[in-house]
Amino acid sequence: MNGRYSRQELFAPIGTEGQAKLRNKHVLIIGAGALGTGSAEMLVRAGIGKISIADRDYVEWSNLQRQQLYTEEEAEQRTPKAIAAKKRLKAINSEVEISCHVMDVSVEELERLVENVDLILDASDNFDIRMIINDISQKHRIPWIYSACVGSYGISYTIIPGETPCLNCLLENVPMGGVTCDTVGIISPAVQMVISFQMSEALKILVEDSLHLRNKLVSFDLWKNHHSSINVDKIKKADCPSCGTDRSYPYLSFSKQTKTAVLCGRDTVQISPSQPMERDLESLDKALSRQQGKVLRNPYLLSFSTAEHRLVIFKDGRVLIHGTKSISEAKTLYHRYLG
Amino acid sequence: MELTVNGNQIQVPNTVKTVAGLLQHFKLHHKVVIVERNAEILEQAKHTETLIFDKDKIELVHFVGGG
Repeated sequence: MNGRYSRQELFAPIGTEGQAKLRNKHVLIIGAGALGTGSAEMLVRAGIGKISIADRDYVEWSNLQRQQLYTEEEAEQRTPKAIAAKKRLKAINSEVEISCHVMDVSVEELERLVENVDLILDASDNFDIRMIINDISQKHRIPWIYSACVGSYGISYTIIPGETPCLNCLLENVPMGGVTCDTVGIISPAVQMVISFQMSEALKILVEDSLHLRNKLVSFDLWKNHHSSINVDKIKKADCPSCGTDRSYPYLSFSKQTKTAVLCGRDTVQISPSQPMERDLESLDKALSRQQGKVLRNPYLLSFSTAEHRLVIFKDGRVLIHGTKSISEAKTLYHRYLG
Repeated sequence: MELTVNGNQIQVPNTVKTVAGLLQHFKLHHKVVIVERNAEILEQAKHTETLIFDKDKIELVHFVGGG
């Protein structure tokens, strides 16, 4: 015993009993951006048993302002975020089991990832995946915490299957468009505030102190000095297709899945192949080196830059197309260089 | 008309008559917004028909995607 958790154990609502519970819990974090890195660091420092982190992206310079686990070297190397996060988290607390996944999470992946998971933390950047998390959470009866931020604004809500309304009850429809980190930016105090709301709730769930859950939809704007906290229990719908009595989990069906996505905060489109595949980066390196453009390669991905666009091709088949927000233009470039 | 919106006292023009009008006033009408009026939560379908009055206490929470 080196007393590393002593201050947390002195906090009466957790105590040594809560600490022991925490040690046996497994949290899945979807996304290793600003929210994901912050939440992961807190959980690992707090002595969680295991965390799994899934992220499809790699570290860039524009991340370093707020994504707390990453370094300049990783931006330089374009290290996948899940790999970079694991390295730093292991250095912070070697006692915690850390499972990292460089992947675009959709229904199939999430079905696999939630096995033996006690809580899902949303640190994603789009509603496509949140609606999938929401349905999976209801199907497997695993609580999850919706969290998001943009500019100086943040929002969070804890969803407990069988008790609270679900995200589908609250939203009714998937929000389309709207402001993103791309158009209005983001300041790190807003990120940290959302993380604090999310992590306080996470700790309560993990030490099984459900009586103290906030049970309110919380939002704030740190620049405009707004804070709002409202009870949304009444919004729970008996006929909700995700959590109602006659539920169908609509977002788990193939027709609801997106294979292309415009990424938040980036002038970028992601294209995922319809079938799982592994790309031969070495052959691609040779083929693309003959094109007008610059090729960079590491064990996980290959980056190909032309004058106007940059294609980043991941080993798992996905391609990020930087320099466009148009899905059709992205598809053209995808097919032009990758067949 | 004076309203308390998210804890702040503000003046809105008298042309704002309904919750939907208020969302338009704040340029939130294209977003998914949860509205609470005088401690009562309103379904989205009720935004157009729900009138607002002087001294109402309104809470507005809009959903964002970034993270």
